[in-house]
Amino acid sequence: MSQASATAPEIKKEKFKIGMLLLNLRTFIALFLVVIYFSIMAPNFLSMANLLILVKHVSIYAFLAIGMTFVIITGGIDLSVGAIVGLAGMVAGLLLHKGLHIPFMNATIYFHLPMVILITLGVGVLCGAFSGLLITRFRVPPFIATLGMLYIARGAALLLSDGKTFPNLVGSEALGNTGFPWLGSGTILGIPFSICVLVILGIGASYLAKRTPLGRHIYSVGGNERAALLSGVRVNRVKMFVYMFAGFCSAIAGLIIASQLVASHPATGDMFELTAIAAAVLGGTSLAGGRGTIGGTIIGAFVIGVLGDGMVMMGVSSFWQMVIKGLVIVAAVVVDQFQGKLQSRAVIQED
Amino acid sequence: MTDPSDDIILKACGITKVYPGTLALNRVDFNVYRGKVNVLVGENGAGKSTLTKILAGVEVPTRGHLELEGKQVRIESFHDATRHGIGMIHQELNLFGNMNVAENIFIARELTKGRVHIDHRTQTAKAQELLDRLEAEIDAREQVADLRIGQQQMVEIAKALALNTRILIMDEPTSALSAAEVDVLFRVIQDLKRQGVTIIYISHRLEELIQIGDHITVLRDGNLMQEAPMIEIDVSWIISQMVGTDKNREMTHTTSATCEEILRVKNLSLARTGGGYTLDQLNFCLCKGEILGIYGLMGAGRSELFECLMGLETEIEGKVFLDGKEVTRGRVDDHIREGLSLIPEDRQREGLVQVLDVSDNMTLSSLWKFIKWIHIKSTPLKQAVDQMVRNLSIKVPSPRVIISSLSGGNQQKVVIGKALLTEPKVLLMDEPTRGIDVGAKGDVFGIMNDLAAKGLGIIFVTSELKEIMMVSDRIMVMSNGKITGEFTKETATEEGIVAASAVGHNHTHASA
Ligand SMILES: Nc1ncnc2c1ncn2[C@@H]1O[C@H](COP(=O)(O)OP(=O)(O)OP(=O)(O)O)[C@@H](O)[C@H]1O
Ligand SMILES: [Mg+2]
Repeated sequence: MSQASATAPEIKKEKFKIGMLLLNLRTFIALFLVVIYFSIMAPNFLSMANLLILVKHVSIYAFLAIGMTFVIITGGIDLSVGAIVGLAGMVAGLLLHKGLHIPFMNATIYFHLPMVILITLGVGVLCGAFSGLLITRFRVPPFIATLGMLYIARGAALLLSDGKTFPNLVGSEALGNTGFPWLGSGTILGIPFSICVLVILGIGASYLAKRTPLGRHIYSVGGNERAALLSGVRVNRVKMFVYMFAGFCSAIAGLIIASQLVASHPATGDMFELTAIAAAVLGGTSLAGGRGTIGGTIIGAFVIGVLGDGMVMMGVSSFWQMVIKGLVIVAAVVVDQFQGKLQSRAVIQED
Repeated sequence: MTDPSDDIILKACGITKVYPGTLALNRVDFNVYRGKVNVLVGENGAGKSTLTKILAGVEVPTRGHLELEGKQVRIESFHDATRHGIGMIHQELNLFGNMNVAENIFIARELTKGRVHIDHRTQTAKAQELLDRLEAEIDAREQVADLRIGQQQMVEIAKALALNTRILIMDEPTSALSAAEVDVLFRVIQDLKRQGVTIIYISHRLEELIQIGDHITVLRDGNLMQEAPMIEIDVSWIISQMVGTDKNREMTHTTSATCEEILRVKNLSLARTGGGYTLDQLNFCLCKGEILGIYGLMGAGRSELFECLMGLETEIEGKVFLDGKEVTRGRVDDHIREGLSLIPEDRQREGLVQVLDVSDNMTLSSLWKFIKWIHIKSTPLKQAVDQMVRNLSIKVPSPRVIISSLSGGNQQKVVIGKALLTEPKVLLMDEPTRGIDVGAKGDVFGIMNDLAAKGLGIIFVTSELKEIMMVSDRIMVMSNGKITGEFTKETATEEGIVAASAVGHNHTHASA
């Protein structure tokens, strides 16, 4: 390259660098564009009230997607999260509505609200532990193990109420189990409770991924299980953790949905697992394992949530909504593939 | 010799290759002489693999072009290369563990009947023929995942032979082979040469290059240094061209062995799934500061011994004591904390997590040293990594680059660094010098000496006789899962070691 023409490629190089940066931030930019678009098309979109509703919706997806991200990073998949959402709601509904009936003592126990929450979360963790056990001890592939768990959890949810809804979960003063609806509608310092939970969970999970040995181990298991094992990573323990954590996140989502509706229905959470996977993938998580971030996943959940809510506000038919969501997910992955190619081209340009 | 210019079959002209943050090749001209063994040498990261990958169409040069038979050609994919008759054995193995040997050899060019039906019988027979030619005791129907790495290397060579290429590139084909296997390979190379095949050969074993090569080209830091016919030069010339100075440090190992025992293995046996024993009643001990070399052919049970010591195998009999404490059972991380550390044989499959960066890989075994409750303290971690990068002189722009962008030898150094960061009492090294250059090898041996002087016990497995005789205080030879010979530094002879390693093998191809 001659000295005289040095400036032109210089500018080109700069442009290219900016292009790469934009590409790296693509999910964020996509989110931004979608928000702008809807705020023009649907003027109410940016109102405080609407935003709050939006974030509440998104938080549900985000809970599931955060759990899912860890599972995917280890190279696995969890199809049971949606069913666990349903089961968790039903468990909480049963405990509040009917109490725990113990047949041989012919007694019914009603728990205080914190206890109900703990039991529900425990059920979620147990479901995850069951999948994890199948995967680690019995070498069942994650797809199959969690598919089994999906049916088991959904079936159990239906069994708990014979397929009916537990309505009116306000609890009663006499039994001392009031307060459940607050989870869905209450606020802390004016911020809805579910958003607070999302912030805490998001920061916690992000910290876990980046700055704890467990987080490093999760990435290493997904990247190369054998090398991880030889390096002293307790691979089985790591896998148990991610499925249990996914179950835990699902149970949180189940509790919050049931509380928002003040009722629990056994079909709640149907297909949520796919939304969670989509959010994770949109956020840059690689299904091959080893790659992904919590921050990316949360943004991915926002993109899906904003798209859904925005289209509803604009009155797009629900059939078209599905098609559009599908296109967005596929486009995201295609761009992801392109990025690799462009990056190597960037290098050639650099010279 | 005739006029060299019309002897040139393939010519790389002014090749430049840039990777993010690295200038891998800088205007390199490379001549490949027809029907000759063209040797390429250089330190780790000099750009040898990159150059040959460009010749084989795996990488595209940033600038420069290729000339085949005097005409400019574009070789930009595997298929382009195959069309021009160029085949390559890559430095890292490219095999499918889930398929059998024959299927691997004929992958993507399956022998078919009517283009659909795979003719397994012919495929297996042809594959077996190739393997027999390589005198490898491998059944073409075996699953590749069940083979040891040396055997896999043989399969990789057979795969390249099956291509019937006129230019065959071999990137460190011998790094996992024992002396006897190298001899077989060299006979095959001579055969190919007689058939008019041109060979491009990369290796860090310099004696080997002198023995097999006709022409040598030296790269240093991405630049072409020298090109010469092999008859005009010697090992010290190569080294001085490679590293700038003649720092062929003759490894003088001064023993620091004490008589204080650190590791004792008692009646250790490991049953084989098909019956018989992979490890058969092993008894030995290791002292503080001692370097114990283990030599053996493929399948002798060396790597299995290490796996047992690390707690990877559960079905073992016998006992292992570390520093007087029994450590037979337990998980790998328990063993690591007790002070055992393993540098595995196959860095791609067992040593590295390819998607992570250098720092993450290096600290994976020792994170527990850097945590406070559950928090990883990043400052001491970073310091430790930087220190290790310096100590092992790993060539890397920053510890935050992804591991797969490093050259093979530098990746190996990261694996060594990972084991050293755990501060072990006993270090198990399975072919630790595989694919690293003379300078780095010297560094590794230097490090081994230093560690031994600090009182570590080191068990060290290699298939290179010279190395093992140079570095070890004591040499143990294994064959078929048994200890078949033990030598001290004074009593060791090449003949003795080779003879012991062939005990129990009916055909003695180890007569080298
Ligand atoms: N895919 C890649 N991305 C970025 N850098 C790379 C990539 N591949 C190689 N490099 C860099 O290019 C340089 C040359 O690497 P190359 O693999 O050719 O070395 P080599 O001579 O084969 O070394 P070794 O003896 O260790 O195998 C190294 O500095 C390496 O880090
Ligand atoms: Mg190389």
